[in-house]
Amino acid sequence: MNRPESYQNSHLLRPGNTNCGGCGMSIAFQMFKRSIGDTPVQLVLPACCAAVAAGGFPFSAYGAPVLLSTFASAASTATGMAQVARLNSEDIRVVCWAGDGGTYDIGMASLSGAAERNEDILFICYDNEIYGNTGGQRSSATPAGAGATNILKGKIEPKKDIMSIIAAHGIPYAATVSLADPDDARRKFQRSIKEKGFRFLLILSPCPTGWKSDPSMTIELVRLAVRSGLFPVLEVENGSRWTINVEPDFSKDDLARYVSLQRRFKKSEIKPDEMGAEIDLKWKTVRMLAGCNTGV
Amino acid sequence: MITGNHAAATAAVLAGRANRSGRGFCSGVYPITPSTECMEFLCLQDIEKGHVVKVESEHSAMAVCIGASVSGARSFTTTAGNGLIYMAENVMVAAFLRLPVVMVVGNRAVGPPWNIWTDHSDSLALRDSGWIQIYCGNNQEVFDAVLIAFRIAEDHRVLMPVMVCQEGFVLSHTMALTEIADQTQVDQFLPQLNLPHRLAQTPRVVGSFTSSRMIEAHREQHHNAMRMAWDVYTEAQTDFEKTFDRRPPDPVVTYRTEDAELVLVSMGTIAETVNRVVDNLRDRGLRIGSVRVTMFRPFPFDALKKAFTGISRIAVIDRDISLGFGGVLWGEVRSLAQPGMVVQNYVSGLGGGDVRPEHVEQMVKDALERKTTGPSIFVGVGE
Ligand SMILES: Cc1ncc(C[n+]2csc(CCOP(=O)(O)OP(=O)(O)O)c2C)c(N)n1
Ligand code: SF4
Repeated sequence: MNRPESYQNSHLLRPGNTNCGGCGMSIAFQMFKRSIGDTPVQLVLPACCAAVAAGGFPFSAYGAPVLLSTFASAASTATGMAQVARLNSEDIRVVCWAGDGGTYDIGMASLSGAAERNEDILFICYDNEIYGNTGGQRSSATPAGAGATNILKGKIEPKKDIMSIIAAHGIPYAATVSLADPDDARRKFQRSIKEKGFRFLLILSPCPTGWKSDPSMTIELVRLAVRSGLFPVLEVENGSRWTINVEPDFSKDDLARYVSLQRRFKKSEIKPDEMGAEIDLKWKTVRMLAGCNTGV
Repeated sequence: MITGNHAAATAAVLAGRANRSGRGFCSGVYPITPSTECMEFLCLQDIEKGHVVKVESEHSAMAVCIGASVSGARSFTTTAGNGLIYMAENVMVAAFLRLPVVMVVGNRAVGPPWNIWTDHSDSLALRDSGWIQIYCGNNQEVFDAVLIAFRIAEDHRVLMPVMVCQEGFVLSHTMALTEIADQTQVDQFLPQLNLPHRLAQTPRVVGSFTSSRMIEAHREQHHNAMRMAWDVYTEAQTDFEKTFDRRPPDPVVTYRTEDAELVLVSMGTIAETVNRVVDNLRDRGLRIGSVRVTMFRPFPFDALKKAFTGISRIAVIDRDISLGFGGVLWGEVRSLAQPGMVVQNYVSGLGGGDVRPEHVEQMVKDALERKTTGPSIFVGVGE
């Protein structure tokens, strides 16, 4: 078990952790670490799969200091840590790494509070669109048509638009990250780790276990979600300057393939056409907000 | 002349500044009657190497304290009633992570029905949260308890958080002559905080998952740490007296209990009223005394046993109620009863109801006449 320090430090989430194979969150951790290099970070993990991944006392799967916070409190716990780091002129970066439950739902109030106060925190949400930790219940990030263990057929309500909510706080930097677009992802990780004040990243994070998808299809699923327009890749500076970073081709085939590669949409029998209407609506808003800022 | 709220906040500011040579002071706060003025005062002070975060809820207020404390800063907050109950999840986390946070609770009834006045049911609902609990009898005790709270919380033999309880309005909003302290005295009394498990740069997890047997080992350590608080408190009292020239109260304060046939046990300001009744009734030849519990957790078994030596009747006054059981204080005191003793419970003063001398006399009359312990009796209801 005694590996050289260089090895330990090359991973934020070390190999041998308990995450499922093909977990999007594991990939996100690797890309994040490779992007930020040796920048010292402290992680705050609310209850979620990433907290379980830490493993049992006295071991840790993480190559960084970690505090496991209560489910609702990642951003406020991180506030205390970031403020004390500031008081002591330390250059450590405090990063919250939360699921959609700890972001869109139970974590919403503390997230909004920290954003409004513009705390010096990077808040990263890996969005697997369900409560993975507790076995796959719906969250407000679950898209319409997707099943969950506490829904009979499929979710009726559409996914909550978290980026608009976050942008409305006027924070210095917010962006969505595509694991299928590594250059864009690296740029966003690098920018957001350096920037001062409150930063927010949303990562679409396929969950083979909950989505009932093949673990080898994780990146492919993100690619299809981006191409079809389901997951807009964009960034928002100071809450007002929206930029579209990847222009989708809105391909109906890609959308159909996205749905067919997962079994979570089976019960609702939602048709790609119905999802297409939702996508059109979303992009009207995105284009309106972005004006002519296409960073492509 | 200052209020309990200002006494508490002044002590917190002095304690916060005292850690400027260490990792500073950071606190999360949220308003609720009757603790609002304590947090407002704190927010308006200039604290060298200190910062007060005005968060969006009590749950987050304690979370900020947790984050600050785990990073090695001194930390303090204040709340009351439903605010404390809302905060509860993180209150427990602070204890189970062994973080020396100090919190002033302005005791308030938990609603509904909504009532901003005092009783002890908020802090007693968190009896088992792993916090040391001190119940104050006057404003001076509030000021002193906040300083001494940091001292015991930060002692490496203890490392458990401390709740300083003051009755809402009765103390929080009542001005009284209170001796405060110089920064240099406080600097001397409170050396810089050195948290052994501070989260710095070494990769490790604070607040990890554990197996069943491992969590037992942790809880046993927590329990033993709490039990160290008695000794550490006694040492701190002595040091406090050396530094500030006055002595904070013992965990159990007795008043005219020698040769008593009946003692009345209470917490907080009710004991002042009880003491007056004791004087009056002793003048009339009744052998009664008063016992005030100031440290409720860790529960002062030995001191109370000593106070009860030779006594056959105990009347326990609870400004709280555990529904379906009776007074919380009564439950604890009853565990110390010898066979044949009468330990009668009187519930009075909920939601700020005045516990007046005639109420206490009523309790004395009943307690002296009864042959056996009966169910809890509500005194003064609906008056
Ligand atoms: C206060 C509280 N309520 C409920 C739970 C149970 N719980 C733990 S993790 C979780 C869901 C987490 O979902 P998400 O944030 O989406 O992360 P994921 O598990 O999908 O990684 C729930 C409901 C908890 N730990 N704390
Ligand atoms: S349940 Fe999903 S999110 Fe959680 S570890 Fe497994 S694949 Fe990852």
